[in-house]
Amino acid sequence: MSLSLDDVRRIAHLARIEVSDAELRAVQQQLNGILGLVEQLQAAETAGVAPMAHAQNVTLRLRDDEVTEPDQREPFQSTAPAVEAGLYLVPKVIE
Amino acid sequence: MFEASLTEVAAALTARRVSSVELTQACLDRIARAQGQLNAFITVDPERSLAQARAADARIARGEAGPLTGIPVAHKDIFCAKGWLTTCASKMLADFVAPYDSHVVERFDRAGAVLLGKTNMDEFAMGSSSENSHYGPVRNPWHTGFVPGGSSGGSAAAVAARLAPCATGTDTGGSIRQPAALCGVSGIKPTYGLVSRYGMIAFASSLDQGGPFARTAADLALLLNAMVGFDPRDATSLERPKEDYSRALEQPLAGLRIGLPREYFGPGMDDDVRRAVEDAIAALGKLGAAAVEVTLPNTGLSVPAYYVIAPAEASSNLSRYDGVRYGYRAPEYADLLDLYCKTRAQGFGPEVKRRILVGTYVLSHGYYDAYYLQAQRVRRLIAQDFVEAFKRCDVVLGPTSPTVAFRVGEKAADPVKMYLNDIYTTAANLAGLPAMSIPCGFGAGGLPVGLHLAGNYFAEGRLLNVAHQYQRATDWHARTPPAFA
Repeated sequence: MSLSLDDVRRIAHLARIEVSDAELRAVQQQLNGILGLVEQLQAAETAGVAPMAHAQNVTLRLRDDEVTEPDQREPFQSTAPAVEAGLYLVPKVIE
Repeated sequence: MFEASLTEVAAALTARRVSSVELTQACLDRIARAQGQLNAFITVDPERSLAQARAADARIARGEAGPLTGIPVAHKDIFCAKGWLTTCASKMLADFVAPYDSHVVERFDRAGAVLLGKTNMDEFAMGSSSENSHYGPVRNPWHTGFVPGGSSGGSAAAVAARLAPCATGTDTGGSIRQPAALCGVSGIKPTYGLVSRYGMIAFASSLDQGGPFARTAADLALLLNAMVGFDPRDATSLERPKEDYSRALEQPLAGLRIGLPREYFGPGMDDDVRRAVEDAIAALGKLGAAAVEVTLPNTGLSVPAYYVIAPAEASSNLSRYDGVRYGYRAPEYADLLDLYCKTRAQGFGPEVKRRILVGTYVLSHGYYDAYYLQAQRVRRLIAQDFVEAFKRCDVVLGPTSPTVAFRVGEKAADPVKMYLNDIYTTAANLAGLPAMSIPCGFGAGGLPVGLHLAGNYFAEGRLLNVAHQYQRATDWHARTPPAFA
């Protein structure tokens, strides 16, 4: 499976990473190299094999529906690039 | 003190032959002198470390010391430590001061250990050489023109160069074991779920596992005792009865069955590595172990499966870096979309971006089944291979790395060439099995060779026993890089 330049642009958009036109070809080459490595998986006989996400057969723990977290807005927001009145500031989204 | 085991250091501290302040200061001096050559550390804060050392000395004086009280520990800069810069070796987090402690740092803190500093690494744990760092490459103490391995290269180099008696790392595809091998130190990745990932910056959540570096298996046991434990804040943390990982160290090896996978001992391993590993097999034989040939038929699919699953999970985990709540934010952008795209283009290094793009692709519509699901099925096949093998042997043995350390810059241009360093290590992460690397000799250029031992689920005690008995009969682990003797 070989990626076209348009494929790379589409993936970069999905990943929200800007890839400049100058970089596009190099990125395409590198990604195709990696996908070449990964192609070997296609040959594997996996009919009837369940996908494995986790080594141990465990299920998600539940806990009591109680408030356990203290208010840490101030220390957590102290590292934010742009905050005001406890809100994170971003460029306007809705016109 | 720099050649002493953690147990010996703890005894010296309790007997007041040395203070934690003296020990910490000595380590800080060595770190400062070595920084230009090795670049093993990203952040050092002598005042904070010494304050912790003074508190440890007071605790020792009160008779309330534990096995790690007063012992300096270097942490891979992937572990959040409250009030400390925690950068993951990335521009994206270059100004990030963690507002909380990771579970691992918390446990060392409660044990009274001293935080010596944050070690350099491959950015976001993605790499096998510690060259992908925003802060420049880490160098191998055995020969500074060579890489220490990665991604926990700074921690491995720090222990090898006697800058710290022990350190923490993380292992997703081999990132504790491979640098341990390339730097001639001991490192272990526990069974998945034993060490809490809370506060351990996420790369690939179904593979990531924190673990210790030290110079001996006996020391690793002490460190595991401190690091392992249930944490409700990590949804994958396992609740198990408390274990003492040093309880089986002295068990004789008579009757031990060592599995040698036929797939590991074909071509693909350099001759110098092969010789050192064969010598180790012979040494273990003299200690009463018997070698058994086993087969892990899906070995060749480990690296491909890993390079689908790990990037896929990384693409999800790293989507949180968007310039909004913390971390780097692009200085100029046209709108929200542009904020995301520029922040991430500028904040991430090239290898991180490559992996996010690969991961995004294999999870995308039309490709998810063919790539991600297929890789997860292959993952089960790989895990099943080990289940079968462990019916015929107690530990699986091989080389940790196909080669000794390579030159800085040698493999950096070709991602796939770099990925092939991982052929012996990724299977243990995919299967969730415990695995370790210990020094077993030297190869070309006087560079260390590492021996890889994998065990069944929760068999850390057994692995450490085998390693400890081997280390009693050999002295590879006690060798010091000439420049740091």
